[in-house]
Amino acid sequence: MTTLMAILIGTFYAAAIYMMLRRSVVKLVIGLILLSNAANLLIFTVAGLERGIPPLIPKGQDVIAGAAADPLAQAVILTSIVIGFGVLAFAVVLIHRACEVVQTDDMNEMKGTD
Amino acid sequence: MKPRRFNMRSLILNTGSTLLLPLLVLFSLFLLLRGHDEPGGGFIGGLVAAAAVALKLFAEDYKAARDMLRVHPLQLVGVGLVLAALASLPALLVGQSFFTAQWWLVDLPIFGELKLSTPLLFDIGVFLGVIGTVLTVVFTLAEAEHS
Amino acid sequence: MDLEVLVALPIIIPLLLGAISLTVLSNHNAQRWIGAVGTALLLISSIALLFQTKDHGIQVLEVGSWPAPFGIVLVSDMLGAIMVVLACITGFATALYSLKTVRKRFERFGYYPLLHLLLAGVNGAFLTGDIFNLYVWFEVLLVASFALLILGGERAQMEGAIKYVTLNLLSSALFLTAIGLTYGLVGTLNMADIAVKLGSVDDQKMVTVIGSLFLIAFAIKAAAFPLFFWLPASYHTPQVAVSAIFAGLLTKVGVYALYRVFTLIFTADTGFTHEILLWIAILTMLTGVLGAAAQFEIRRILSFHIISQIGYMILGLALFTPLAIIGGVFYIMHHIIVKANLFLVAGLIYRLRGSFELKKLGGLYKDHPGLAILFLIPALSLAGVPPLSGFFAKFILIKAGVEASAWWAVGVALLVGLLTLFSMIKIWNEAFWKGTPEPAPAIPAPTRNALLYWTIGILAAMTVAIGIFAQPIYVMAEMAAHQLLNPSIYIEAVLGGQTP
Repeated sequence: MTTLMAILIGTFYAAAIYMMLRRSVVKLVIGLILLSNAANLLIFTVAGLERGIPPLIPKGQDVIAGAAADPLAQAVILTSIVIGFGVLAFAVVLIHRACEVVQTDDMNEMKGTD
Repeated sequence: MKPRRFNMRSLILNTGSTLLLPLLVLFSLFLLLRGHDEPGGGFIGGLVAAAAVALKLFAEDYKAARDMLRVHPLQLVGVGLVLAALASLPALLVGQSFFTAQWWLVDLPIFGELKLSTPLLFDIGVFLGVIGTVLTVVFTLAEAEHS
Repeated sequence: MDLEVLVALPIIIPLLLGAISLTVLSNHNAQRWIGAVGTALLLISSIALLFQTKDHGIQVLEVGSWPAPFGIVLVSDMLGAIMVVLACITGFATALYSLKTVRKRFERFGYYPLLHLLLAGVNGAFLTGDIFNLYVWFEVLLVASFALLILGGERAQMEGAIKYVTLNLLSSALFLTAIGLTYGLVGTLNMADIAVKLGSVDDQKMVTVIGSLFLIAFAIKAAAFPLFFWLPASYHTPQVAVSAIFAGLLTKVGVYALYRVFTLIFTADTGFTHEILLWIAILTMLTGVLGAAAQFEIRRILSFHIISQIGYMILGLALFTPLAIIGGVFYIMHHIIVKANLFLVAGLIYRLRGSFELKKLGGLYKDHPGLAILFLIPALSLAGVPPLSGFFAKFILIKAGVEASAWWAVGVALLVGLLTLFSMIKIWNEAFWKGTPEPAPAIPAPTRNALLYWTIGILAAMTVAIGIFAQPIYVMAEMAAHQLLNPSIYIEAVLGGQTP
């Protein structure tokens, strides 16, 4: 399973970088989305793919019964999903505005500041 | 090519949204208050509430959604952040480390025990902040279509 | 117990200020007052933190009373405290400068809340002791900087912003990947705890791989060679006050992260990582200064010089001797103030003459001798002319380079200093010395520039002061370097003796 995930994550990274290297701004956005998802999947995988119960202590007890999932990795992923969502939402608004102002979606024509 | 108009008005969506709106808002509050010990919380509650306003936007128009919210979404973010930041301070008054959770139990005559806490205050702040942030983005995009 | 809260104040104050300014978004006066008075308060609190750290050692605050390494800790060691003070000085100067230069339209868009948020993010990054929390603060300051960058919405800003956003998001993704791999290896996110546990990992090659990932991620943020090109493409486009705070602070957050990670965590294989850092430093110095030589727009020249100066700071880390680290820290202190000030001067030049292009400028010395002096101080300091702050910074670094027999680095550092002087003299000759070009630009000179002069003057006075009173500053840099080179002090402060 871990091997499968590793291949999947690798594909994600590769696809993301490939998309970011294209000239279209829309593909750039897709690349960014894939990239943040790849990182999240990676954290999910390295924290250990095991079957465990949710890391919540049942009412009236002091310890978790049995093997539980790692809550820290989940918290980290949740946080980074939220941050990624926020940053990407902003990036999309920005790129939308940029396309309107520059009147093109071709990265090769955005050379005014180089 | 004519720019596409932002027009998705349909009778079904319109009628449906009037019924769904109060439910969504109630559900978001439910999620917010449930959040401390069980799945739920300010973030997911805020998303549901923002979805309610976004539904209004799709069912009617930009203006109706803005009117429904009454305040500028960025002001909601501001209030939310103030609340969340204030939640860190009560711990200092009782000499504990910054951001330590404080709990106050209030006995209400009929309903029984009410648990108030700084995490709740923080969660309400997150709730407002999320509504504000999501709606700022949604409104900015809708405005671009609108004009 | 009570004074521990000082560690949190540099984060919580700007957050509160930003939030309050958001709620009064349409009240311009309130926003300006909150901006100026609030950042002054922030500066005072940061200075208090610096003295507390200097006198009583590393300050640690366990947020929410969750003990380290399980909760998030805020740690203020000398490097962190110094950086926070510098950030607050820049923030205060920018807020003052903004009072007169930022248009109402931008204030309504949320200029001040974004400024506060940026400061909160920067201070958070300097103070956190948790690697994932560092990522979160990076993103906070990144989002704020995105929005500040495009205020105004001109074509150049949009084009610059796309490059800025893309490269910085790529760097964040690499950073997150590195955090994920670290967590998979040692199962903790607390930096001190990571430093302890990485030593006992069997697969030391993997540790080096992760270190390299961090290196790439932070090098992009710091605008080091070869991934620096987003900086000159974007830094000259926004409002001048924004350019100043970006130039002063943002890349230095990347440099700070490099210093933190490569002195505390990845010190096992210095022969590999710090050798790479050394070559990055040399090439960064060289490309930056050569890029600047080809430019004829003040802000673009200054932007390229940021890159070459970043090279010096990384050089300090790469040499990895006590003297070199002292030099690096000293360099950061000197650079932040000088660079922010130079951008503010450029903004005042634009206000007086309506252009940043050297060809269209001229005669400023005749018309505004005061401004000319105020330009010369930071400009000569940047080039390293004694007795200004830049001289001591370069001197310490080059001495460290000689002691370490890093002749290439020493040679390049000297050459780059010379070329920097050439660049500054170019601006001086073109903008200040030569006659006013014909036809004279018909810009009605805006009055009431006193506040702007004062802001620039205060920063220039600091530059002089760092040069004249170099000894106390050197002592602080020495303390910072001592703590950096002995990670056990940091680890002890965070993990040891903390039993609740």
